[in-house]
Amino acid sequence: MPEITRDEVAHLATLARIDLSDAELDHLAPQLSVILESVASITGVAGDDVPPTSHAIPLTNVFRDDVVTPSLTAEQALAMAPASEQQRFLVPRILGDEQ
Amino acid sequence: MTDLMSYDDAMAAFDPAMGLEVHVELNTATKMFCGCPTEFGAEPNTQTCPTCLGLPGSLPVVNGKAIESAMRIGLALNCEIAEWCRFARKNYFYPDMPKNFQTSQYDEPIAFDGYLDVEVDGEIFRVDIERAHMEEDTGKSLHVGGSTGRIQGADYSLVDYNRAGIPLIEIVTRPIMGAGEKAPAVAKAYVATLRDLLLGLDVSDVRMEQGSMRCDVNLSLSPKGAGTLGTRTETKNVNSLRSVERAARYEVSRQAALLAAGGSILQETRHWHEDTGVTTAGREKSDADDYRYFPEPDLVPVAPSREWVAELKAGLPEPLRDKRARLQGDWGFTDLEMRDVVASDAVGLIEETIAAGSSPQAARKWWVAELTRRANEDGVELTELPITPEQVARIQALVDEGAINDKLARQVFDGVLAGEGEPDAVVAARGLAVVSDDGALGEAIDRAIAANPDVADKIREGKVAAAGALIGAVMKDMRGQADAGRVRELVLEKLS
Repeated sequence: MPEITRDEVAHLATLARIDLSDAELDHLAPQLSVILESVASITGVAGDDVPPTSHAIPLTNVFRDDVVTPSLTAEQALAMAPASEQQRFLVPRILGDEQ
Repeated sequence: MTDLMSYDDAMAAFDPAMGLEVHVELNTATKMFCGCPTEFGAEPNTQTCPTCLGLPGSLPVVNGKAIESAMRIGLALNCEIAEWCRFARKNYFYPDMPKNFQTSQYDEPIAFDGYLDVEVDGEIFRVDIERAHMEEDTGKSLHVGGSTGRIQGADYSLVDYNRAGIPLIEIVTRPIMGAGEKAPAVAKAYVATLRDLLLGLDVSDVRMEQGSMRCDVNLSLSPKGAGTLGTRTETKNVNSLRSVERAARYEVSRQAALLAAGGSILQETRHWHEDTGVTTAGREKSDADDYRYFPEPDLVPVAPSREWVAELKAGLPEPLRDKRARLQGDWGFTDLEMRDVVASDAVGLIEETIAAGSSPQAARKWWVAELTRRANEDGVELTELPITPEQVARIQALVDEGAINDKLARQVFDGVLAGEGEPDAVVAARGLAVVSDDGALGEAIDRAIAANPDVADKIREGKVAAAGALIGAVMKDMRGQADAGRVRELVLEKLS
């Protein structure tokens, strides 16, 4: 049965940039394990004739023609940005001091 | 200061292994997953929409032309084409993708298990292709603050998402081993051959200087003869053919010095600096490189029918090596001449120059002998010189017409390369036309005879070989602006 350890939850939290305290990890890790186990019970129901799928509908090859459609104006694109400068999205410093 | 071992010493002690990752922007009219245009150099953030900005509720739809181009590239690289494959989300936190993930392919590339043969010094190296997969390009960042314009030390960054979502094909080689000291040359030849192949397919502009083709060079060393793979570094930002070779040589020298001193190689990303010709440490590979790939739920799988694949394969252009052999025959070049042409990266340029009216030998002479030297002196690619095949053909036409000679032609090249305009304008502005006025030539010849009476006597006595000295004096007098053949005729006429 799938089991997710406290360390794995801590790693995932780091990857997702979620700052979890020790207490939160203690609380959440067992809950995630239970959720995974519940979902995994489906594998017990599926027979050998049911292949694993990643999509709900059995479609392939949905393509569009290579034809330009109108873009947003720069004003529209930047309207939702918290900050902009030189017609570009302004983002905070990317690398921390240690890098 | 980084310790370096001389390249020859490094090659005596170590075997290099290389892996090359080349990213190619396709030349589709629209992006990979939305209908935004892909024009280079547009005003910032004028080619975006809710899909490529990653806004909530937007849905991607695959560009069919990009799928077709990806398959044609795979087929031209002798790859298998997947019967069924999916896109995947590569999750990471970096503002060059507003979605917080890049749509890519993970363990199901559209093309895999191919090869590309490349020629170095007349020898063929087979480079095995591991895979070619589809993904999308990222936005462009400007780093503000700090002293260098680099990400390190910047206060904040400004992002333009015009490029985000442009179709990219990433072509990954298997480790290239056994090339020994020729490894850097093989790397350069591979990228050049790949570029020519992509040009022939008309799937990309492949302009390295504009970033539509970019190369990462993975390189490791192992003790000579050990046959093992050492720890590798991944050098990014290698954006010209020359740099591919230079970066590989630099990493050989750097890693060899480290290993010889008992050190070890850190598995890391390194940055290539075109101006100084060195690599510097970037990010260390770590646990953080966990991209949590998973199948993209918003895009259905791609399952090209075998009929489609066969149709694309049948429509591929003539293979490069066949084309080169055909051109060599058409042009009448010797093997050695053709090898120099290929090494100078001048095949396409010569083809265009001939199409513009030049003879093959004249086109070869100017591009391989004259212009390659100038490109090397300036440290640029031959294709980057500010002169077109049409201009080269025009300069040769002026020579053929007798308006200028080869010596003056070199001055016309000077002028065109200096931005003085078209060849005819340079000839006029610099006053370079050959003097064909026999009167002016006759006066110069009289002056030469008067200054060299003993030479003139020898010619009168029938020693025609002595005429060279007089012709030289006349040409000097005329500052090179005379047809040496005509001068010879006139000298012999006067002294017969």
